[in-house]
Amino acid sequence: MNFNLSQNGYFGQYGGRFVPEILIPAVDELNRVFQEIRHDQDFYRQYYSLLMDFSGRPTPLTYAAGLTEYFGGGRIYIKREDLNHSGAHKINNVLGQGLVMKRLGKTRVIAETGAGQHGVATAIMAAKMGYKATIYMGAEDAERQYANVFWMKQLGAEVVPVTTGTATLKDAINEALRDWAGNFDNTHYVLGTACGPRPFPEMVTFFQSVISKEMKRQIHDLHGKNPDRIYACLGGGSNAMGAFAEFLEDDGVELIAVEAGGKGQASGKHASRIAYGTASVGICQGYKTLFLQDEDGQMLDTWSISAGLDYVGVSPILAHLAETKRVRVLAATDDQVIDAFKLVVSKEGLIPALESTHAFAGLFREVQNTASDDIIVVNMSGRGDKDIFNIGEALRDEGWKSFVQERGRRYAE
Amino acid sequence: MKAGSHLFRKGGEDMQSEQLQIEKYIEDLKKSKNILLMTHQIIGYPDFATNELAIECFYRHGVDLIELQIPFSDPVADGPLFVKSNQAVLEKGVKVTQCLEFVARMVKKYPVSFLIMTYYNILYQYGVQRFIDKCQQIGVQGTIVPDAPLDEAREYFDYSRQQGLAAVSIATPYSFEQRLQEIASVGSGFIYYVPRKGVTGSKTNFADEVLAGIKSAKNITGATIAVGFGIQGAEDVAKLIGTADIAIIGSKIQRVIESEGLSGLELFMEAIAGVNGEE
Ligand SMILES: Cc1ncc(COP(=O)(O)O)c(C=O)c1O
Repeated sequence: MNFNLSQNGYFGQYGGRFVPEILIPAVDELNRVFQEIRHDQDFYRQYYSLLMDFSGRPTPLTYAAGLTEYFGGGRIYIKREDLNHSGAHKINNVLGQGLVMKRLGKTRVIAETGAGQHGVATAIMAAKMGYKATIYMGAEDAERQYANVFWMKQLGAEVVPVTTGTATLKDAINEALRDWAGNFDNTHYVLGTACGPRPFPEMVTFFQSVISKEMKRQIHDLHGKNPDRIYACLGGGSNAMGAFAEFLEDDGVELIAVEAGGKGQASGKHASRIAYGTASVGICQGYKTLFLQDEDGQMLDTWSISAGLDYVGVSPILAHLAETKRVRVLAATDDQVIDAFKLVVSKEGLIPALESTHAFAGLFREVQNTASDDIIVVNMSGRGDKDIFNIGEALRDEGWKSFVQERGRRYAE
Repeated sequence: MKAGSHLFRKGGEDMQSEQLQIEKYIEDLKKSKNILLMTHQIIGYPDFATNELAIECFYRHGVDLIELQIPFSDPVADGPLFVKSNQAVLEKGVKVTQCLEFVARMVKKYPVSFLIMTYYNILYQYGVQRFIDKCQQIGVQGTIVPDAPLDEAREYFDYSRQQGLAAVSIATPYSFEQRLQEIASVGSGFIYYVPRKGVTGSKTNFADEVLAGIKSAKNITGATIAVGFGIQGAEDVAKLIGTADIAIIGSKIQRVIESEGLSGLELFMEAIAGVNGEE
């Protein structure tokens, strides 16, 4: 990837490190360590062997025969980040930052989580590496993703539901920043996406770019060339940057990020910052990017069927790549996502996370514009088992409903 | 010196500037007081009427500087108490223009030095320069923006000084010598010294090493030092005499108003004023 992308933590006009003075030494120390490790081959070998041993990398690139045949357009491949330990790409970043923590000599880790995937990955890392963990999770998210809360607790992490603000990912990030401001001497903050103050956007991208490193090799082994298009869902931007990083300088590869269109642009209930063009440049959560905000600069409430994409800001790197037209950004609505989900499950025997399903929905909308010799990769960032409560509800599945009711009755006794 | 005169000399490394109005004000008061007092209110919390009565109470008890906070949806430097009150004001639909109108009215009414505290996005959306121009126009003496670091927000710091307004920079026990010097030279008015880790709202123990940290920041920078975060009352203020120039009382005031009402604030401020031998 082009590591000269950043000018002092800026990507075009986006980025920076707008944190209170008390946190400046902590973020600058982290940046120093990141600058040390980013070109350190030994560090990278240690990192990759941890991913192989513990998380099952490399993840396969699965040919989607069913979907390819169904649409009759380009050949569709699926990068299987769902097969990571913990079931999502989030662990790639977390294990990397776990090693960074060792260098920093910190013994406690904190994290924010939206869907809970990053929280679970962090709790796993802490259990494995012997750190104490505290996970901040919006109360609304904790409710819709209780299964992940359950696992974090089993793994020994403390889970703190955040009730302030909109009680979602944004507010969990604020709480984590506040905790960090009080405890940075022994605590590392593992930010879970390519957002926040320098060096997080680049550091998270650095660790997640393992996805596109493998993808490039895999697709070259199969076809001897780059893919024509890569689709990834876009919340904060970590899986998208991971899937795109190695191809940024390969102009022939079209990079498409798919945001959460929620209930559609007109409803105002969505989390699309770029595709709907309703976000504006702002400074919040320690960095400058496109935020969904009102004219006073107050952040707006966002909506998505998937907790992991329900976020008010976006990676400064992606804001820049969209502005410079290197990345094209779409939004898929909740309804389109549910339809896409049914198709992927039935045609491929795969169960994508609702977040990842946005990437499929984005492709399906425009698959008719592909030629049969086009090669398309969809980054399936995670698996959907965790979403069973939401999916069961969204599909209005009667069997699932009576199961939940019956369980409820039994617990009530 | 009138605000708006050309203070800003471009090109030179050291922006040797004339004294700001607020700097002169502080210098004069230092001569007659053991320690200056700055008190805080979140604009609109619990409501504008209570804000105004509190400000009137501050004024009667000889408060020298008043810090009025414009609420923000994501106040990362604030602890749970202020997070909730920021949110409560926004839920009522209070807008930035209403806050500015309120401040303008207070500035006219009370001959005290007023500062606005808020987060950088509020300035950024308003237009950084336009916001500072507005402050100057309504007679605000300076601003405090905790998420505008020196090296990221130079426009804000430089333009403020150029317009004769203080852009108060923040120092902590973790700001070492070189950083302290930058904090002193880029910021203006005075240095807001945060004596501990963490956010607003919890108590600070003003132990000897904390006082030593404040002294050292003062020695290194030679600047006026205001100390805020965690001051609980007259006893803490008294401990700061001879070390800090200004004591800032924030969340404790909100707690007093919430638990004991404005009559409680009256007693609280009386005790604080006693530190300077005033009623
Ligand atoms: C499976 C999965 N995909 C995607 C995301 C969105 O995050 P990002 O945009 O950082 O990849 C999440 C976030 O929780 C997730 O769990």
